Order: sequence, then C-alpha cells, then structure tokens
Amino acid sequence: MMILGPHATFIVAAYAFAVIVIGALIARIAIDTRNQTRKLDALESRGAGRRRQATQQQAATQQS
Amino acid sequence: MQWITAQANPTRFLDLSRRLLPWLSAWSGIIVFGGFIWAWTKVPPDYQQGETIKIMFLHVPASWLCMFFYMMMSASALGTLVWRHPLADVSQKAAAPIGAAFTLISLVTGSLWGRPMWGTYWQWDGRLTSVLILFLIYCGILALWRAIEDPGRAARAVSVLTLIGIPNIVIIKFSVEWWNTLHQGSSVFRMDGPKMHTSMLYPLLFIAIGFTLLGITLHLAGMRAEILRRRVRTLTILEAERLDAAGATR
Repeated sequence: MMILGPHATFIVAAYAFAVIVIGALIARIAIDTRNQTRKLDALESRGAGRRRQATQQQAATQQS
Repeated sequence: MQWITAQANPTRFLDLSRRLLPWLSAWSGIIVFGGFIWAWTKVPPDYQQGETIKIMFLHVPASWLCMFFYMMMSASALGTLVWRHPLADVSQKAAAPIGAAFTLISLVTGSLWGRPMWGTYWQWDGRLTSVLILFLIYCGILALWRAIEDPGRAARAVSVLTLIGIPNIVIIKFSVEWWNTLHQGSSVFRMDGPKMHTSMLYPLLFIAIGFTLLGITLHLAGMRAEILRRRVRTLTILEAERLDAAGATR
C-alpha cells in the first residue's frame, strides 16, 4: 500500500478531478460522433443528398 | 506540401483520421498510463514538498496543453481569416473544449497543490490570474460558437476573439519573471537548462508527451464529429428546401 503522507486528500482529489474531466471530454466526443453518424445515416437513407443532385441536374437541363 | 494540402479536404481528412485514431488512442493511453506508473512507483518524494510532488505530473502537462491548444486555435484562426479554409474552422471549434478542459485541470490541480504548500487555494498573482483569464476566454469562445448559428460567421467572430487573446499567453509564460509571484518560476524550459532532477524530469516529459498525444487524439476525434455535424446540417437544409419546393408545386 502506497503511503501518500499527510496531504493524501489533496493528491487523490487532484487525480480524481483530472480523471473525471478527461473522462467527460472523451465521453462527450464519443457520444457526439455517434449521434452525428446516426443522423447522417438517417438523412442519407432518405436520399437527402442524392435528391439534391437530381434537382440540380434537372434545373441545369431546364436552363439549357 | 502538396500531400498536406490534399489531406486538408474534409472527406480525405475523415478517411485519414479514421485510420490514425485507433493507433493514436492506443499509444496515448499506453504512454499516459505508463508515465503515471513510473511517476508513482519510481519517483522519490521531494525533499520540501513530499508526496504532493505527484500533483506536478498532472498540473504541469495540463498547463502546457492549455497553452498548446490556444496556440493551435490561433493558427487555425489565421487559417479561417486569411485562407478561409473550412478545416481551419473545424479545427478551432474542436480545440476549444479540449483547451478549456485542460485549463480547468491546471487551475484545480494547482489549487489543490497550493493549499498544502502555500497555505492557500488561491492567490491573485500574475500567473494564477492570467490562467484564470485564459479559462474565461475559452468559456467566451465556447459561448460564441453556440450563440451564432451559421458556422462560417461563428468561425470568423471566434477567430477575432482568439487572436485578441494571444497576448494573454505571453503574459502567462512571462508572468513569473515580470512580477514577484507566489507561483514558482520555470524549472524545465530555461535558457540554462532544466533545474529539476532527472528522476522527476524524465517521467514528467514522458507524461507530457502522452498528454499531448491524448490531446491530439481528442482533437482529431472532435474534428471528425464537427465535420459530420456540418454534413448533417447541410443535408437537413437541403431536405427542407426540397420539401418546401415539393409543397409549392402542389
């Protein structure tokens, strides 16, 4: 068992705080990436991008 | 140079970062974990500060990184304002929460180290106050990103605010030399070499490398999430326009 001396509370609190903040940062980015990927998949499955391309092609044909 | 320019395309960036992230995550985890094992098992207690020296292995790398990410944001701000590069906007936005988190860690761990060593959690001296100002600037930048809906306009406003804050980084660096502060002077990056004993210096540098890799990993992952968010936004707008157009023709 490691002995941290009379200031053990301060040392443990500093490490616990850093672990919580870095853990929260990692979780935030992971959750955000997952949410955005799901939204993008849903939009692409509805053909949001492809229909835009088709509309653009149609507009170009009508103009010419 | 041509290769770097080619990678600056968002689609290529997504592909490259997808391949890099597992390696970066693994290496940053191994180095940080190994560094702390080294620091906790091999480094002797300091002759004055005792075991509280263990807080240094968190506090110092976090303090370096809070300035590192600010400088990265400043470089990206130039990329936004001068070259109008879309990845520069994305880089700025992804770096802000990471920089803010490391600044918070620096402030709190410094405070927890200060109480047993200085007898106080806080002192309004040059170094501590300038780091607090850095944290407030990060908070302002994060608020500004949320306040302006259009990402392009938000990026330009944030860029200006970021560049205005650069002198504060210079103040943080030299505050311990310019003013008589409670915070100790630099003991690693000095003209006459590090003042710290190698038994503490080497694990500190090792952990700092690990923290930097961790920060870069988080930054790349954050940039990926932001690129995806912008694609979602674009496709949502396109879908709404298409539905509007379909409704108008009926």
